[in-house]
Amino acid sequence: MSLGGRNKLSILDKPLSRGKGEISLSCFALLFSEVVQYCQNKSQTLLDLQNRLHELGRRVGTKLIDIYFVRERNGKRETKLLSILLYVKSTFWKALFGKEADKLEHSNDDENTYYLMEKEPIVNRYISVPRDKSSLNCAVFIAGIIEAVLTGTGFPAKVTAHWHKGTTYMIKFEESVMGRDSQLEER
Amino acid sequence: MSRSTRFDTKKVNSELVNLTYGTLVAQMVKDLDNPDDVSKQLDRIGYNIGIRLIEDFLSKTGTARCLDLKDTADKIQTAFRLYLGVQPNVVNWSPAGDEFSFILDSNPLTELVELPENLKQLKYSNVICGAIRGALEMVQLDVQSWIVQDQLKGDQNTEIRVKFIRRLEDAMPAGED
Repeated sequence: MSLGGRNKLSILDKPLSRGKGEISLSCFALLFSEVVQYCQNKSQTLLDLQNRLHELGRRVGTKLIDIYFVRERNGKRETKLLSILLYVKSTFWKALFGKEADKLEHSNDDENTYYLMEKEPIVNRYISVPRDKSSLNCAVFIAGIIEAVLTGTGFPAKVTAHWHKGTTYMIKFEESVMGRDSQLEER
Repeated sequence: MSRSTRFDTKKVNSELVNLTYGTLVAQMVKDLDNPDDVSKQLDRIGYNIGIRLIEDFLSKTGTARCLDLKDTADKIQTAFRLYLGVQPNVVNWSPAGDEFSFILDSNPLTELVELPENLKQLKYSNVICGAIRGALEMVQLDVQSWIVQDQLKGDQNTEIRVKFIRRLEDAMPAGED
């Protein structure tokens, strides 16, 4: 009776969802807690744990690029540094977290560095960091997402998460990005 | 009665949950060689979530003790709506009334997911079964739960079966006897 392949619409043949689906925060918080525990069980050191969370975040971010640019920008990508940063801060953040990121700042000391700040990242809402691991910021997962989005859209950068005014994501672009952007400016 | 209860509306984008879960599964597939072990682990993770989620459910809905298994099924149905934003149907009761199924037309966990050929036996949504088992265990119900139909494998719907095993008696905490 069963014909193998019946109903087998590939995921790419289906229309792209509008991305308005919602899931309870409690669910996400508990799921994320399992993610952190899983990574922790695999790690020897705190750094190792952060790297694992960062890597998982990167994979999430990579997958979000296409969905969001197709859905919200008709597939049109950004070419300028400031535009992509504003895109991440506003459009992207809003789509993913339901609100814009709190603040975007350019570093005074380093041309290549930007800071994106958020008082209370959603992943940290129900996490209390043990005292002996006070440097751990699980928002490093989100840092991974940002890094993947920037790198994947042609702005290679390293993004890290720090405890500063809530959580601050430090975005450090590669030299080549800055060079190209100033060239674009000149035209 | 419980219909009018206003739920806490804190929600997150389902794609974030979707992809976070997907990345976790992908990482496990990498770490463990056997897809069956991954399925087991996913069930375990669901269990861990379930035993904590039940507290959240009880406090948010203020629900009272279940009178029978039908009642339990209805409450899990509410939980589906509350936590995953879907409304499954409760169907396929066994004649003895100790087994039933939830049918989901759409499964928010698998929205952006495709299983590769070599992972066809992976029970991707096992986390839901685990969560049901974990949550019910905390209210003294021992159940089994498993996936019967799966949209990821080309089925029309996703069907999750729940079988009542026994009522758990209050156990003394370890070391108190």
